[in-house]
Amino acid sequence: MIVMTKDTMQIVREQDVVPFRNRVRELSTKIGMSLVNQTKLITAASELVRNMLKYGNGGKVMLETISKNAQSGIRLIFEDQGPGIPDVQQAMRDGFSTGKSLGLGLPGAKRLVNEFDIKSAVGEGTTVTIIHWKHGR
Amino acid sequence: MNTTAQLLQNNKSKILETWMQNQLQDNSLRDDLISNEELRRQSDELISSLARATSTGNVDNIHAPEYETVIEILSDISITRARQGFSPRETGMYVLSLKQALSAILEEKHSDQPEVLYKELLIIHRLLDNLSVVTFETYIKGREEVILRQTDEINEISTPVIRVWDGILALPIIGTLDSARTQIVMENLLQEIVNTGSSIAILDISGVPAVDSLVAQHLIKTVSATRLMGAECIISGIRAEIAQTIVHLGIDLSNIKTKASLATALQLAFSMRNVEVRNSSKKTGFSISR
Amino acid sequence: MERIPILKMGPFLLVTIQVDLYDRLALNLENDLISMVSKTGARGVLIDISAVSIVDSFMGRILGNIASMSRIMDAETVVVGMQPAVAITLVELGLTLQGVYTALDVEKGMELLQDKIGILEDPEEDEEAPDDCND
Repeated sequence: MIVMTKDTMQIVREQDVVPFRNRVRELSTKIGMSLVNQTKLITAASELVRNMLKYGNGGKVMLETISKNAQSGIRLIFEDQGPGIPDVQQAMRDGFSTGKSLGLGLPGAKRLVNEFDIKSAVGEGTTVTIIHWKHGR
Repeated sequence: MNTTAQLLQNNKSKILETWMQNQLQDNSLRDDLISNEELRRQSDELISSLARATSTGNVDNIHAPEYETVIEILSDISITRARQGFSPRETGMYVLSLKQALSAILEEKHSDQPEVLYKELLIIHRLLDNLSVVTFETYIKGREEVILRQTDEINEISTPVIRVWDGILALPIIGTLDSARTQIVMENLLQEIVNTGSSIAILDISGVPAVDSLVAQHLIKTVSATRLMGAECIISGIRAEIAQTIVHLGIDLSNIKTKASLATALQLAFSMRNVEVRNSSKKTGFSISR
Repeated sequence: MERIPILKMGPFLLVTIQVDLYDRLALNLENDLISMVSKTGARGVLIDISAVSIVDSFMGRILGNIASMSRIMDAETVVVGMQPAVAITLVELGLTLQGVYTALDVEKGMELLQDKIGILEDPEEDEEAPDDCND
């Protein structure tokens, strides 16, 4: 896998979400991603960025365009220094929420993108990495 | 200027002749797919660009910018050959026979200096081995492109959305419904709903060989997405054995309108849109009133 | 703070969302809309999301909330004009907006609302109600 471009955005306030979503849209348009795949990626990113703001007091997102086996894609890495998730498996289950939400954020985001990885340590923070390929497969 | 570049520069026509001979002698040459003149032109172009690249002194890093034209010509040749239907052997032999030609000329020139010959041969072999790897890589890429294009074409033609009536769409699904296919079905159907402003879609699954829980899930997803758009979805073409498996697997389709045949689904769609179809009393045929 | 305008059209309220929503804006819309329903006694709410390119679980929940809250106050909610890409994404996300009526465009949404309210006012036709939307 080759990283073609790299960019970092700080997310500390709710207002940062809209420019962040626009940036993701810009990148995915640039690599020629179809509208449906774009929408899936941005929706997943929107879920993850909300989690970051709500539970991790904000953090930073690395936005990368990548290429593997002649297919291009977008990789987003969400990093926060929040309290971390004690039970990642539980958090990945549909309908589980410590806040008053639907509990679709993490598992929903996972369903929307091609690759999903979550690492969390209590007291240190959470890192979520998602990859979505141009053709969505 | 190094010796390799000199060799290529000074013996260009001789190399080309030997190489052409090698290629023409080989049984696998497809003279039905490529003419001699075309072959000669391609080969000439490649030797010239190779001579130019090696004259910079770089004889081992083919990823350097001076090799760009060589790689480009080579990729172009192998991708074209992949599309034209050349076999991997035929494509590979192209570069490998250049290696033979160059080796032969080197042998002739340095027959009295075995040490120089050995060194020069090593350089030439390493360079051309690298180039043949590029040939194979691009050949396979060319084939993959063909396969991908065909997959897309199959997906495209296998999911037609038909407008059967004002505001009623039908979508016959033929073949297995996997997640990639479901995506295409959904995208086509929803886009057509927007384009035609249709409020009813009939999904006919007569052509789907089997419905397991995964296929059912895909169907349910399609119905849900249609509803979110503000249209209703009817699933038709449910054969007896499909009904049996659905119940045995415990799949809940109670929220979805299902019909045994496309005809009955169409009837339901008509009644939902307040359209009436009846036999005309006097004339043969039928008339339709609203 | 940015606000989304709410128009009153006879017994209905019409909201056209023209910007990409962020959470606070969506919450404001929920508050404004519900207080508007109670203030005007509107019988139906029409939310046009044809210009919205992203609906995630939070905004999905807001739409569901608006529908449930208005229903308690005797008003039906219709969401119209959802983009195909948004619909596919919502389904994949696992959100089907149960309890929210949908229609293709504002015109069809208006018809649907009139239908629903007509039924409520005419109990005799209750059984034959054409059920051409999700429940």
